[in-house]
Amino acid sequence: MEAEVREIRDHFAQYPPFDNLSDELLDRVAGSVEISYFKAGTTILERDAPNHTLYYIRSGAVEVYLHNGQLYNQLGEGDIFGQFGLLRNHRVRFPVKAIEDTLLYLIPESVFEQLCDEDENFADFVELTGSRLKSTVEQRLRDNDMIATRVRRLITRMPVMIEESASVQDAARLMTEHDVSSVLVLAPGNDEDSDRVFTDTENRQWRLAGMVTDKDLRVRVLAEGAPAQTPLSAITHGRLITIQSDESVNEAMLVMLRNNIQRLPILHRRRPVGVVHLSDIVRYETNNSAYLVSNIFNRSSVNALARLTPEIRAAFVRLVDEGATSQMIGIAMSSVGRSLMRRLIELAEAELGEPPIPYCFMVHGSLARNDQSITTDQDNAMVLHDSFDPDQHDAYFRELAQRVSDGLDACGYPYCKGGIMATNEQWRQPLSQWKRYFETWIARPDPQRLLHSSIFFDLDAVYGEERFVEELQDLVATRAQASPLFLAALARNALSRTPPLGLFRTFVLEQDGKHNNSINIKRRGVAPMNDVIRVHALGVGSRSQNCFERLDDIEQAGALPSGQTDKLRYALEFLSSVRLRHQAYEIKHEHPPDNSIDPEQVSDVDRHNLKEAFQILSNAQKFLRFRYPSPGR
Amino acid sequence: MPDDPQGREEAPGWPEYFARQAQACRTPALRRFYAAGLPAADTPVADAPLLALDFETTGLDPHRHAIVSIGMVPFDLRSIRPAAGHYWVIKPQRPLREESIAFHRITHSEVEQAPPFEAVLDEILASLAGHLVVVHCRNIERPFLDAAVMAAHGEHCLFPLIDTMALEARHERIDRWRRLKRFLGVQPVSIRLADSRDRYGLPAYSSHHAKVDAMATAELFQAQIARHYSPDTPVSELWL
Repeated sequence: MEAEVREIRDHFAQYPPFDNLSDELLDRVAGSVEISYFKAGTTILERDAPNHTLYYIRSGAVEVYLHNGQLYNQLGEGDIFGQFGLLRNHRVRFPVKAIEDTLLYLIPESVFEQLCDEDENFADFVELTGSRLKSTVEQRLRDNDMIATRVRRLITRMPVMIEESASVQDAARLMTEHDVSSVLVLAPGNDEDSDRVFTDTENRQWRLAGMVTDKDLRVRVLAEGAPAQTPLSAITHGRLITIQSDESVNEAMLVMLRNNIQRLPILHRRRPVGVVHLSDIVRYETNNSAYLVSNIFNRSSVNALARLTPEIRAAFVRLVDEGATSQMIGIAMSSVGRSLMRRLIELAEAELGEPPIPYCFMVHGSLARNDQSITTDQDNAMVLHDSFDPDQHDAYFRELAQRVSDGLDACGYPYCKGGIMATNEQWRQPLSQWKRYFETWIARPDPQRLLHSSIFFDLDAVYGEERFVEELQDLVATRAQASPLFLAALARNALSRTPPLGLFRTFVLEQDGKHNNSINIKRRGVAPMNDVIRVHALGVGSRSQNCFERLDDIEQAGALPSGQTDKLRYALEFLSSVRLRHQAYEIKHEHPPDNSIDPEQVSDVDRHNLKEAFQILSNAQKFLRFRYPSPGR
Repeated sequence: MPDDPQGREEAPGWPEYFARQAQACRTPALRRFYAAGLPAADTPVADAPLLALDFETTGLDPHRHAIVSIGMVPFDLRSIRPAAGHYWVIKPQRPLREESIAFHRITHSEVEQAPPFEAVLDEILASLAGHLVVVHCRNIERPFLDAAVMAAHGEHCLFPLIDTMALEARHERIDRWRRLKRFLGVQPVSIRLADSRDRYGLPAYSSHHAKVDAMATAELFQAQIARHYSPDTPVSELWL
């Protein structure tokens, strides 16, 4: 491949939908581009002009306008435009103007059509919405599948390489320095074996001659009594088995099993790009949360449970690193949270004795929604049997609540600052009282009061008489949808936290043009999205608590314009995944995980997706205002 | 007609020089090259067929050093077409010194396999024919090509060219304020290719390679015209 094609290709390879193309298609795109420069302020595409090109932004930024001249979108490095016209009448649908000095790669129509024909992901990306967010999210879903996942995703570092003329001692030193258990051995390339020769980034030619592992140093050097200066060429041997970077993880595993090897060099064409170890694949495969849950039920004291905190965090990081979706992670972490809580209740009951009357431990917020992450307050309450007599029974339940709450705090789920805990007498009440609470909130909605109680509208049973909570869920589902005043008040609250316009390299751009240094992704993204979805869900009488399940109910009820629930689903998935990845990053760097995101830590690609997700959230909030209007406003 | 076509004031004589050489040259490839002609001096730059050209050489002196590789990318003000370009590695008549190998990262074996200059000269001239050449720094490509053709055939190969470095100097170095700053000891801005590109928001390329540099030069020229000139500018105002 010529050097200039490699330059172009390497850029495409970073951005969706190109990042997922096969190597062959990627080369074809890179080899076909023409290049064009536009000064800031110049028009790139005029409306209705003929167009036979897909445009890709190599550097700079452009604005896309609607027919009425209104700004539709801002695009930057790695974005594409022109696809709408290409797919329809070959005329420019949305005019485009450069807002910065901009360098464009022009992809000819013939190649565009090949891409659409030969790569389903590419076709979806440009056809359905042109939405990068959708493609990114779907990609993550697909990536969970070992068969679909390309082995290059398992590469965590550049391969460590050494020349075969170096000594075994040099190799051992290099391996120690890089903390690796294998090193690839290179010989200078020459024409005889040109099919195995590759060119490195410095334009030097090499042949991959073999691999030396810790075991080779033991077996072929130490055990043989070979001197430290033995050249590597004397101990490398046989044919080296390798795999192409666009083969599947599954195929890589089969190759290792078939050949009885532990390590497999990964090549892009003939150039080594990494080494994958069998344990990388096993780790990729195993989901450890099930093991963690069984471990929780084996613990017999609060202290023993609290010692599981590092393991819970490690399981969380692993899930994020393995590319699990936020929905899967939410479910896994919630099942951990619920198990922990159940175990704490069991331990408390064992000491306090049987409960005097039936009761149910109820949770709210993220645990009820099954979307718990790693940093989360406890939100819980107790629903007691209607035979409850405070003088006779409350001492027991107060003590039970206290133990569970203290235990949760010890296990890394801090006390709820808003006091939504069963230790609070107000939230430790018989079923009939709980029904009155909900009836009052729904019948006489006061936005101020609702602001503090909307968290109760995500509710689920964790332990005990689950039917108590089911009765409450039924009550909410039937009453709420019949109360426009309540829905309007809830909708108004759902507009109180708005997303920013987007992230730029070093700052957060707010709707009013102000700049901020960081953004709380929970408060400005995930939580308002939950709020929006909750209003619609209650509006259609859904009994689901999980946001994704609520979206299914909303879709079935036809409550939103077509395609809208899909957009909300992608946006929620992406906003959540940014939050989870941030928290995993913090844990890995031994910082307490939080929700505060610094734009400089966000990749270009994620920045684009975030902008789109914020836009979807903002539009959904606007629609909410119109769908559930406040009376007299 | 000028004996030294590089003299700027004689530049309007380029078409005549080409016409004369097309008759006078004995080497068929050179005759064809000159006969393909040039855009007329008053052609707007937007209409001119352009070709970005970059050489890697073993040094700076066309009489002592040799060409190692050649990159060409045809373009115009609308688009740059790397796929229609060319790249040759050339086996120099003089042995390659170690330091130039390190500099160009072209290996001995690559050079050993490469054809000598004479073997690819016809292809090179055919690709140049009919285009207005654009280079970054005029002191390399034209003198080296001329010296190599002279050594091979005893005839001149000269042509007008646009120098993006000279254009950059016109706009970044020549005005009085900058002269004053230079007088006061302020470092003038760099007009090297990568630094010049940076001023137009053009991305940095990682490799040091004749075709990548030719592509980079074409992008820089498009940017310079967009910022400083009209597309109607006659080529004679730009070529040297």
